[in-house]
Amino acid sequence: MKHLTNLKLKVWRQDGPDATGNFETHIVESVSDEASFLEMLDQLNERLIGENKDAVVFDHDCREGICGTCSLMINGRAHGPQRATTTCQLHMRTFSSGDEIIIEPWRSAAFPIIKDLMVDRSSFDRIVESGGFITAPTGGAPDANLIPVPKPVADAAMDSAACIGCGACVAACPNGAANLFTGAKIAHLNVLPQGQAERYKRAEAMVNSMDDQFGSCTNHGECSAACPKEISLDVIALMNSDFRKSKSKNRKALSRG
Amino acid sequence: MAQTLRKSGESRAPVTGTAIAVRKKRSLILDIYSTAVGKKYVMAISGIAMMGFVFFHMLGNLKMYLGAAELDHYAEFLRSLLYPLAPKGAVLWILRGGLVAMLALHLHAAWSLTVLNRQARPVKYQSPRDYEVANFASRTMRYSGMTVLSFLIWHLLDLTFGVVNTVGTDSSFVREEVYANVVRSLDRWPVSVFYILANLLLGMHLRHGAWSIFQSLGWNNPRFNAWRWTFATGFALVVVIGNISFPIAVLAGIVKI
Repeated sequence: MKHLTNLKLKVWRQDGPDATGNFETHIVESVSDEASFLEMLDQLNERLIGENKDAVVFDHDCREGICGTCSLMINGRAHGPQRATTTCQLHMRTFSSGDEIIIEPWRSAAFPIIKDLMVDRSSFDRIVESGGFITAPTGGAPDANLIPVPKPVADAAMDSAACIGCGACVAACPNGAANLFTGAKIAHLNVLPQGQAERYKRAEAMVNSMDDQFGSCTNHGECSAACPKEISLDVIALMNSDFRKSKSKNRKALSRG
Repeated sequence: MAQTLRKSGESRAPVTGTAIAVRKKRSLILDIYSTAVGKKYVMAISGIAMMGFVFFHMLGNLKMYLGAAELDHYAEFLRSLLYPLAPKGAVLWILRGGLVAMLALHLHAAWSLTVLNRQARPVKYQSPRDYEVANFASRTMRYSGMTVLSFLIWHLLDLTFGVVNTVGTDSSFVREEVYANVVRSLDRWPVSVFYILANLLLGMHLRHGAWSIFQSLGWNNPRFNAWRWTFATGFALVVVIGNISFPIAVLAGIVKI
């Protein structure tokens, strides 16, 4: 086990949503290269608390790369320099002794800063509430083979369902757009048989909800590159296509009523 | 994503799971255009129209290599499209009207999306971004577009209205003498340099734009996805090489009066 020494951290500190923040510099004298990025911050916080100072506030939960709670813009990249990796799964061996590491919160009008590095991502919940589900009677689980799903379709749905809603796509997007997140949530259900009944209703409602809160897509591809689950830009194309069809199909459906 | 942050008295956004139950009173086209995704459709469709124009504009102008009579005859053909079914110049003016409308839509959609994107991230990242895949072309679409627009205005003043093309021997401008006008204009090296620079930026704009069309309109199919970049690069190259050859040919004396 090796140790990294003399890391210079520039951490964004901000007291609340409306406060003005600034970078605060901390030196981490020594940290194991096996520590995760969050464990390195834990060590910093323990020291700060020992010195009777405010700990750096950041989001974290499962630390297994599957809950989507951790965030952080590390040296200008969402979730740090390693591809397909959440911040909690990023290890200090990615860095070298003496490095300067700049840590910022996600920045988006839809993600207000709660404190320091912690942001409020409930705008994503509002997108999912608007249509990211299927309306199904609850009760006993149906047999798994009741609805046949072709294997490639199941795989494609699973690839989209891998989205953990961490917000890296919005954070990385130069426009602060949430198209990759919304696209993933739409694609996940819209390719499956269970999702067909509400397919166009879902596309219209979720795109409208996204539109109210986020920027627009200019096809840079930064979202997909930053995504810890490597969700493809194809989900955005599917969303764009389904939204276009939804506009006429939903009107037609209404005119029947 | 559990934590929420709402200012007191502020109501949460409505849950719109029943989107098709609310019929908007707007017309379909306006309804689509009011969304960011819809504005991207408009960007794409107006882009296709203008791509058609630049391609055939370049193709037609290649006739200058066949001499003055051929190029002037081609210009006369444009003025007498569908003649004698339609009056002389009528079809040309319809096409011109369509192009001006497409340009206006392209500019309006770009403007309003830019405003939306600025609002989506009111506080910028305070540390430098480290882009992974966003390239120079995709991040400078606004500037390459504005440069091409200013070139377009110059180009019209130069070769259509003739107000900035007075270097000819007789210092009088005859619009029908297309070949002579082109040679007289491009013989001035600053004009040629501006012409080449604007076309290089046009090529960059076209490459990102031509690819983006597929994404924005949701034309995504695993069978041809790999060809989308090939098409965009090829199209941009053909247009730029064709266009840039004209000032070079004039300066090199290959095309002369």
